[in-house]
Amino acid sequence: MTQSFPGQHAGQVLHPDTWDLPTSTRLAPYLNWGRVLADLATEHPEIVVLTADLKQANRLTDFAQVHPDRFFDLGIAEKNMVSAAAGMAAAGLLPYAATYASFIGLLCAEQIRTDVCYPRLPVRILAHHAGIAMGFYGSSHHATEDLAILRSFAEMTVFGTVDPYLTEAALRASVHYPGPIYFRLGRGREKPVYDHPPADFAFGRAITMREGHDAAILATGLPLQAALEAAETLTAEDGLSVRVIDLHTVKPLDVEAVLAAASTGVVLTVEEHNILGGLGSAVAEVLAEAGARCRFRRHGIRDEYALIGPPLALYAHYGLDGPGIARALRDLL
Amino acid sequence: MQDRQALLATLQNKASFCRRETIRLIAIAKSGHYGSVFSAAELFALLYYHVLRYDPTRPDWPDRDRFILSKGHAAVGLYPLLADVGFFDPALLDTYTRLGSPFGDHPDMRLIPGIDFSSGSLGHGLSVGVGMALAARVTGRSYRVYVLMGDGELDEGQVWEAAMSAAHYRLGNLVAIVDRNQVCVDGLTADVMDPEPVADKWAAFGWRVQEVDGHDLDTLLDRFAALPDPASAQPTVLIAHTVAGKPVSFMEHRFEWHLGYLAPEDQARALAELDEQVGGEP
Repeated sequence: MTQSFPGQHAGQVLHPDTWDLPTSTRLAPYLNWGRVLADLATEHPEIVVLTADLKQANRLTDFAQVHPDRFFDLGIAEKNMVSAAAGMAAAGLLPYAATYASFIGLLCAEQIRTDVCYPRLPVRILAHHAGIAMGFYGSSHHATEDLAILRSFAEMTVFGTVDPYLTEAALRASVHYPGPIYFRLGRGREKPVYDHPPADFAFGRAITMREGHDAAILATGLPLQAALEAAETLTAEDGLSVRVIDLHTVKPLDVEAVLAAASTGVVLTVEEHNILGGLGSAVAEVLAEAGARCRFRRHGIRDEYALIGPPLALYAHYGLDGPGIARALRDLL
Repeated sequence: MQDRQALLATLQNKASFCRRETIRLIAIAKSGHYGSVFSAAELFALLYYHVLRYDPTRPDWPDRDRFILSKGHAAVGLYPLLADVGFFDPALLDTYTRLGSPFGDHPDMRLIPGIDFSSGSLGHGLSVGVGMALAARVTGRSYRVYVLMGDGELDEGQVWEAAMSAAHYRLGNLVAIVDRNQVCVDGLTADVMDPEPVADKWAAFGWRVQEVDGHDLDTLLDRFAALPDPASAQPTVLIAHTVAGKPVSFMEHRFEWHLGYLAPEDQARALAELDEQVGGEP
């Protein structure tokens, strides 16, 4: 596991709770999608990028500087952005439309359903700062319902990332992938858990981060990092062998990986999302329909709006940090 | 002039064909949007028999003009024209709204050749048109994008997001058409949610605004012929003043006929009035 990432600025220290956006985005080296897309767009002239007055916060300036004629800032009008992206896709382009998850996964849900999914257009939704990553900005800026909503749209692929390497692998895989994709992205300060883009990445194929036979943690998105930390703790302190799976694609779900996890006898799902309708629900559906016999718990936000607080304090409060996930698994055992 | 008179006669006949077919198809479904088709019938005829650049043998031709029926509930009037110009076999229309048919009350681009975008949720079409117009710029193509909206649709906030972005991006290849038939579901637009001053609103959003009688094919021909070059820098909106339900006397300007079903005897009356209209035209 690496502790550094290309582009990180030597000697600059960012407090994890800082929300001085101009400073923090400059110091957030893991907001890499602008850079990756700029690279991909050089060989794929059909790639275009849209955002809604957030090109600094999401660092799509990295794309705009390289391909100014294929970058479109639609202003604070997200619904128009999504429908326009659908029009572009219908005209043969491959659009990536980006803004905060709360404003695209929730505000634009109907545009995504009707203009993107129903016509099965290859629009890529980049929903960043998902979950409760916006911290004390409050519930208007959180998205703890988007997995549930997007998962219910026919034709939609729903992907969540833990770090910039996985994001890069998914973006590269998305160029030739059919239909629409929802990318659930973080806030760009996550410590990577991969040390390079997984070479055999495929949407719908889970990645085993750690083998184990006493229990399995299935995580999507940022909490995967904390899940790995929890597994190490449980091994060191409790002598448990804990499998950790990156279930990055919530839809289509890797049923085989889920059922294999159930064979450990204990399954904990972890997500930065309401436990209603998200990853835990998707896994529960598979387990129940297969008649799998295992202990099972959904770990996440328990059907409430998050408290006000700095992001890391919120993760600790909701048990979405290493100690919290270890606690949840011990309770389950 | 002889040619123009012949063209006008053809277009008027096609508008009448659109209305007759609408009556025939809605009789299958036993519910449909007569009024919304009848107000737009001349516009449909003009677009598909004179204005639009397309090739029915290549519905995906990248250089074709795009037409987005943002008021998707008028699709029943568009399907017969698409069949008539050769996109598909007219016999398929007999399945209209029946289980598994390609043809529903609102159009599906994946099922129907010639439909450039699926629609039905009002307020989306102009945004989709903005995307297609921007795509023309990215890909270096010279097509135009036409978006037909209802006037009730102007209540939707997204229309104005799209209008602002079209002017901002200087989309001279985008043409919006507002079917100003003054009727929405619950009543007259003036009573339900007054959109006036319509022309001033579009002008304030940076559009080139033209007002026209949406049934006057002679004037419409001139207005479409005078559209600025697609490479120009300002989008155009044609505000087409129309009459919902035209020319059926008992349907005209009646919001009750926005959605409805003509009983067989009323169908006969409506068809007789359509015959009179075509007969009376020059």
